[in-house]
Amino acid sequence: MKLLVCAKQVPDTNEVKIDPVKGTLIRDGVPSILNPDDANALEAALQIKDANPGTTVSVITMGPPQATMMLKECLAMGADEAFLLSDRAFGGADTCATSTTIAAGIKKVGDVDIIFAGRQAIDGDTAQVGPQVAQRLGIPVVTYVQDVKIGDGKVTVQRQLEDGYEVIEVKTPCLLTAVKELNEPRYMSIYNIIDGCKKEIPSWNHEDVNLDPADCGLNASPTQVFRSFTPQPKGKGEMLSGSVSEVSKLLVEKLSEKHLI
Amino acid sequence: MKFTEQHELIRKLARDFAEKELTSEILDKVEEMGEFPQEILDKMAKAGFFGIKIPREFDGAGADTVSYVIVMEEIARVSAVASIYVSSPNSLSGGPLLLSGTEQQIDKYLKPVVKGEKMLAFALTEPGAGSDAGGVATTAVEDGDYYVLNGRKTFITMAPLADFAVVYAKTDVSKGSRGISAFIVDMKQEGVSCGKPEHKMGLIGCATSDIILENVRVHKSNILGELNKGFTNAMKTLDVGRIGVAAQSIGVAQAALDEAIKYAKERKQFGRCIGDFQAISFMIADMATKLKAAKHLVYDAAYLKDTNQNASMAASMAKYYAAETCNEICAKSLQIHGGYGYIKDYKIERLYRDCRVFTIYEGTSQVQQMVIAGQLLKK
Repeated sequence: MKLLVCAKQVPDTNEVKIDPVKGTLIRDGVPSILNPDDANALEAALQIKDANPGTTVSVITMGPPQATMMLKECLAMGADEAFLLSDRAFGGADTCATSTTIAAGIKKVGDVDIIFAGRQAIDGDTAQVGPQVAQRLGIPVVTYVQDVKIGDGKVTVQRQLEDGYEVIEVKTPCLLTAVKELNEPRYMSIYNIIDGCKKEIPSWNHEDVNLDPADCGLNASPTQVFRSFTPQPKGKGEMLSGSVSEVSKLLVEKLSEKHLI
Repeated sequence: MKFTEQHELIRKLARDFAEKELTSEILDKVEEMGEFPQEILDKMAKAGFFGIKIPREFDGAGADTVSYVIVMEEIARVSAVASIYVSSPNSLSGGPLLLSGTEQQIDKYLKPVVKGEKMLAFALTEPGAGSDAGGVATTAVEDGDYYVLNGRKTFITMAPLADFAVVYAKTDVSKGSRGISAFIVDMKQEGVSCGKPEHKMGLIGCATSDIILENVRVHKSNILGELNKGFTNAMKTLDVGRIGVAAQSIGVAQAALDEAIKYAKERKQFGRCIGDFQAISFMIADMATKLKAAKHLVYDAAYLKDTNQNASMAASMAKYYAAETCNEICAKSLQIHGGYGYIKDYKIERLYRDCRVFTIYEGTSQVQQMVIAGQLLKK
């Protein structure tokens, strides 16, 4: 079986501070990390590999050359190979252009049975790239996957809902997006760090993946970030206390006051 | 020191591991119970921490000494006792086997230790042989295919937990340190027993005790290296092994500095943060400066070892300076904490106790001074 994981290098938002005046993220000096949901995606692929000898796990990312460090981290967790899509032409991409590039990269890797992606990246929170990649490759997608079982050319997954989950059977090739409840990502190991650092990570530009620069990056991005800001905190909720009838009466009053009922 | 990508990833691994696994709840429990959780040791083995610089053919990761130093530093920064479990297989107990072990001995005794399946102790010190390690009084008398061992080893790290021990004993009492041989002893063997675990000041969670040997019959196949060459094996092990203690020292010192900075910013007296007072801020400046110097000595010793240069004096300098500096930094950090630093609820209390042994074990500061001066004056 051939598995592929889409990963993204993101700023560690735990370390990010907000510019109090501009309301934007201060990214200077913030360490870059493997996007947390993508770590779950990789772990899912590695668990399948552990249970099915002969399975290989590849990782692909689009980003600047510094993203190789994150790819090495993926190799150090146990991935077999990694590919970097890096080109000036890919710069400034929105999710639409990003998914075009990643899908082209996946086609070049070739013959992938299951593609794993994280639910969303912590820097953009769009959750769009995974499903868009599936769309471009013409394969089924299941988002918010919290459990995966493999057998007989089909994959059975649990798709997380707000109040439960649905069980979905999907044929391969397919794309699954992982939520953090799916698993606990493993640590790197020193063995894999040593081996991973010896591996060559191919870097592909638009020509390598047969893309016209007009279909990449800023040129092919219908959406532009107009402004980013931190929403004002909503404030604490109000607790009502008393007997059931008292609380019900109070609740009705409050809701009527706000013209909600 | 410029670290490679490999070193950066190893630091990230060790730091993530320490911060995630060695939580304050777990460390408090270790202090309370005196035992280290097996579950964490299993995870350490899986991450490759027990065979960092042990070659691939012996099931290790085959990394370099700098990598080992980085792991020791990052683990010790969160828990000094956890770092003992890393240093033992990589250095003190694994070292003698790496230096002199036969293929069979390595298969049987080293490989399971690297995988975390077995534990191995290093038994050199005796009640009458501490810094004067050549003064070993334990004897090994030949009897057919066996040697019969009698004596008492003391302050042996991990002895009550160990499956095997490398025991140094006199095979020729007329020859002083040139009559010492190394033996691999099965701790469950008849005649082997442990004293009660010592009530130590710090590093609680890794039992230390005596090993008592009473007519212990050890087969000749368990002699480690050549007969009467055991002292050389022990000294070579200790020679660069002490880089590990130096690495522990910079890890604990970093933790003490971090705690001092945090507390100096939080604690208010006379209407302002105590860090605003020059007396406190200059103390912190001194601590940080000396710590940086210590780190460079430690990394330099590791680099010399990795590039096959003579690292003996550099290792002694690193161990001597880093251990002494760590004690100074912990003492100052505790002083900055005032009365709170004397209370067990504050992390600095543990750091202060844990680091005290760094200037003592694996060669006291005074022994390091002897090594350094000896090398300088022999020319």
